[in-house]
Amino acid sequence: MATQHSRSAARIMMAPAVFLLLVWMLVPLCMTLWFSVRSYLPLRGGDQGFVGLENFSRFITSSAFWPAVQTTLIIVGGVLVISIVLGVLLAILLDQPMWGQGVVRILVIAPFFVMPTVTALVWKNMFMDPTNGMFAHLWRFFGADPVVWLTDASVLSIIVIVSWQWLPFATLILLTAIQSLDSEQLEAAEMDGANPVARFFFIALPHLSRAITIVILIQTIFVLAVFAEIFVTTGGAFGTRTLTYLIYQRVLESQNVGLGSAGGVYAIILANIVAIFLMRIVGKNLDN
Amino acid sequence: MGHITLKQVTKSFGEVQVIPPLDLEINDGEFVVFVGPSGCGKSTLLRLIAGLEDVSSGEITIDGRAATEVPPAKRGLAMVFQSYALYPHMTVRKNIAFPLRMAKLDIAEQNKRVEAAAKVLNLTDYLDRRPGQLSGGQRQRVAIGRAIVREPAAFLFDEPLSNLDAALRVNMRLEISELHQTLDTTMIYVTHDQVEAMTMADKIVVLHAGVIEQVGSPLELYHEPRNKFVAGFIGSPKMNFVEGEEAVKLNAKCIGIRPEHIGVSLESGDWKGTVGVSEHLGSDTFLRIKMPGVQEHMTVRVGGEFGARHGDTVYLTPDRSKLHRFDAQGLRIA
Amino acid sequence: MARAVTTQRKALNTAIAWSIGLLIFFPILWTILTSFKTEAEAIANPPVFLFFDWTLENYAVVQERSNYMRFLTNSVILAGVSTILGILIAVPAAWSMAFVPSKRTKDILLWMLSTKMLPAVGVLYPIYLLCIQLGVLDNRLALIVILMLINLPIIVWMLYTYFREIPGEILEAARMDGASLKDEILYVLTPMAIPGIASTLLLNFILAWNEAFWTLNLTSVNAAPLTAFIASYSSPEGLFFAKLSAASTMAIAPILIMGWFSQKQLVRGLTFGAVK
Ligand SMILES: Nc1ncnc2c1ncn2[C@@H]1O[C@H](COP(=O)(O)OP(=O)(O)OP(=O)(O)O)[C@@H](O)[C@H]1O
Ligand SMILES: [Mg+2]
Repeated sequence: MATQHSRSAARIMMAPAVFLLLVWMLVPLCMTLWFSVRSYLPLRGGDQGFVGLENFSRFITSSAFWPAVQTTLIIVGGVLVISIVLGVLLAILLDQPMWGQGVVRILVIAPFFVMPTVTALVWKNMFMDPTNGMFAHLWRFFGADPVVWLTDASVLSIIVIVSWQWLPFATLILLTAIQSLDSEQLEAAEMDGANPVARFFFIALPHLSRAITIVILIQTIFVLAVFAEIFVTTGGAFGTRTLTYLIYQRVLESQNVGLGSAGGVYAIILANIVAIFLMRIVGKNLDN
Repeated sequence: MGHITLKQVTKSFGEVQVIPPLDLEINDGEFVVFVGPSGCGKSTLLRLIAGLEDVSSGEITIDGRAATEVPPAKRGLAMVFQSYALYPHMTVRKNIAFPLRMAKLDIAEQNKRVEAAAKVLNLTDYLDRRPGQLSGGQRQRVAIGRAIVREPAAFLFDEPLSNLDAALRVNMRLEISELHQTLDTTMIYVTHDQVEAMTMADKIVVLHAGVIEQVGSPLELYHEPRNKFVAGFIGSPKMNFVEGEEAVKLNAKCIGIRPEHIGVSLESGDWKGTVGVSEHLGSDTFLRIKMPGVQEHMTVRVGGEFGARHGDTVYLTPDRSKLHRFDAQGLRIA
Repeated sequence: MARAVTTQRKALNTAIAWSIGLLIFFPILWTILTSFKTEAEAIANPPVFLFFDWTLENYAVVQERSNYMRFLTNSVILAGVSTILGILIAVPAAWSMAFVPSKRTKDILLWMLSTKMLPAVGVLYPIYLLCIQLGVLDNRLALIVILMLINLPIIVWMLYTYFREIPGEILEAARMDGASLKDEILYVLTPMAIPGIASTLLLNFILAWNEAFWTLNLTSVNAAPLTAFIASYSSPEGLFFAKLSAASTMAIAPILIMGWFSQKQLVRGLTFGAVK
């Protein structure tokens, strides 16, 4: 399958995709790196020259930085815990024999296909609104005072919203993984006298560990970049300013491009650390 | 039409040289079979001729024209793959017509040739089916049909029968041989089955680790194998080899005797042994005989039925005129 | 596992699974229901479920007030054109990687994956600036290119995994039959890969349709798709539940239907073949 002829054809056919992605990656990346070492305020004097690593240290030492890191970690961690724990349980449930399995599957997966702005608005208004939201009705029904979700429990609210979006993804992938589990293995374990709980912990869970790792990595990368859900609900107020949102504000709202770009470089490094682990797994899978 | 020459052709995959320098001449109209154990480079050699792989060095000429640099489509060869490689989304008719469509023949001519090919191959009733709705043998015939319509200079077959069951295999073997008689076109046929090689070939090329061990007609290889490898590979059951004392008596490192060239008797003979397993086929009886002192196991073929059971003592007498002697390098001593 | 399960057991599973399924689906269901209510019914306490005066009025109002059609058109054009463009560029690339693999193929695939992992916010300003300087802020073409680029890695990956399932011998047969590279891809590979190409198209259409970082930050009026349309409801004047629901339903309905068709591909597409 590999003559000189086909190899050179292959190179030519790959060229557009590789070239476009290379440009798409390198040009903005270089610009971000460039801005990050300059004092650049488009609305207040423009480019004021090279400042070395000052932006990087200022970004870290600014009072908004550590709270943003904390918020980011809580949101990412919360979403991961919720979507993995519930995802495993749901996947196991959906794997059981039942009537209308296909329909239930569709119901569970649907949230993933809802556009983020809709998700955020529906939750914000129809569920979390302190006067007319569904939760307010519920709380009042039980005689409690409605919670002002997006101010008083803002981070939790964001976690709930984002988890609702990503739980289907985790469930679907874990379900796929469970279904690929060789049923003979389970039967063998059963013959060996393992009860259902033991079968879950010694056979199903180890089998799922790879899928769980992948879910963790992919969701981490995407949840780190969550934007619309915050933009639409709190606009970064009430302690919901994540790193992504902080950078967005620095760059577009306060137009401090130098500082924002330094933040961007941090975000890129952070995402790459996670991505390396993901690529290891994916790469191993490519070999066979 | 269909004269192919390979001159000092080599092929390496990375560091590994799969085909060391090799010369081969294939004459017009010949049915040539490449045979050899798995992994010896038969497919690689065929793909080099087809142009699906580049040669690492050397030259290939087809009908006197240098073909080394010519892409597969332009070599005027047709290939039948082991997996048939039919286009699953096209009907049989479209499959067979595909090479003609690529050659931009007009529709009328395409149809004429497809129908002619279908008739030869008994596919007329299946022209509007998809490959998925055909049996293995029918698929095989479609693949051959696709090759025929191009009227190629030579046909290349890569183990075309290995996916068929035994009975069908014998049938298709005959059909392909017949096709060769009718078309009178060069065919190069790869197999690891020496029975196919013996029954179909005008000329057999025995390959071993990329090296041509011997080229010749089936009977040449049977009667005058050049070395131990060919002797052992051609013929079924395998030739018996005896080393040691018995060989030294005949001035050889090793002697070989085919199972059908050994006489068996319950009373007397040159060598004494006990029957291990006896296989009764009705037409023949194969005996596996334990023979301490000469050779651990010896296979013997007796025509018709032979009443010997496990543990019986028998005496063997090889036909001296059919004995092969081999030297220390494994070459046959004439 | 072909063992009979007791009917009670199955009924119990069914009951639990359906309850949880409906609970998860509830926000969507509720949104769709609310879109047919009047504003008063929408905020009624206790909430009304099915027994209200069904009305289409909200849809009419939303259409009228916000020029819904323009946003919808933009969404269709952005998602559709960017996906098709991406596929046109990705098919040859995936062909190369699947059928003429080299030592670098794996590295290139992983590198493409890594570009997908690049956080958008990290390159927000450069892209924003480039758009301004090229005069393409709030421009459909610019957004098409960007959406195409952010999904290109996924498109290449998905096609690559589908192509790898096609035996190379068939393409070699085409080559022996005199097909040029173009013929080989056009008449043999593409028709064989139609199911894979269709799923790739579907999933990436959905991803592009829902993309809400670049569409929010790089558009204002002309090129704004439905994501931006919905976001405009977050301002207080849009706070009418029934109308919000109608607008939301219109934005998600087509995609929900497509999504149901592409669940299987979702796994392949978003895990880069790592979970099968
Ligand atoms: N693309 C390749 N890259 C590296 N090595 C290869 C490649 N193709 C074949 N080989 C090696 O070349 C040798 C010959 O392979 P080939 O396929 O020609 O054998 P074969 O005689 O056709 O065997 P079989 O009877 O099993 O089909 C083998 O050792 C094989 O591993
Ligand atoms: Mg082979």
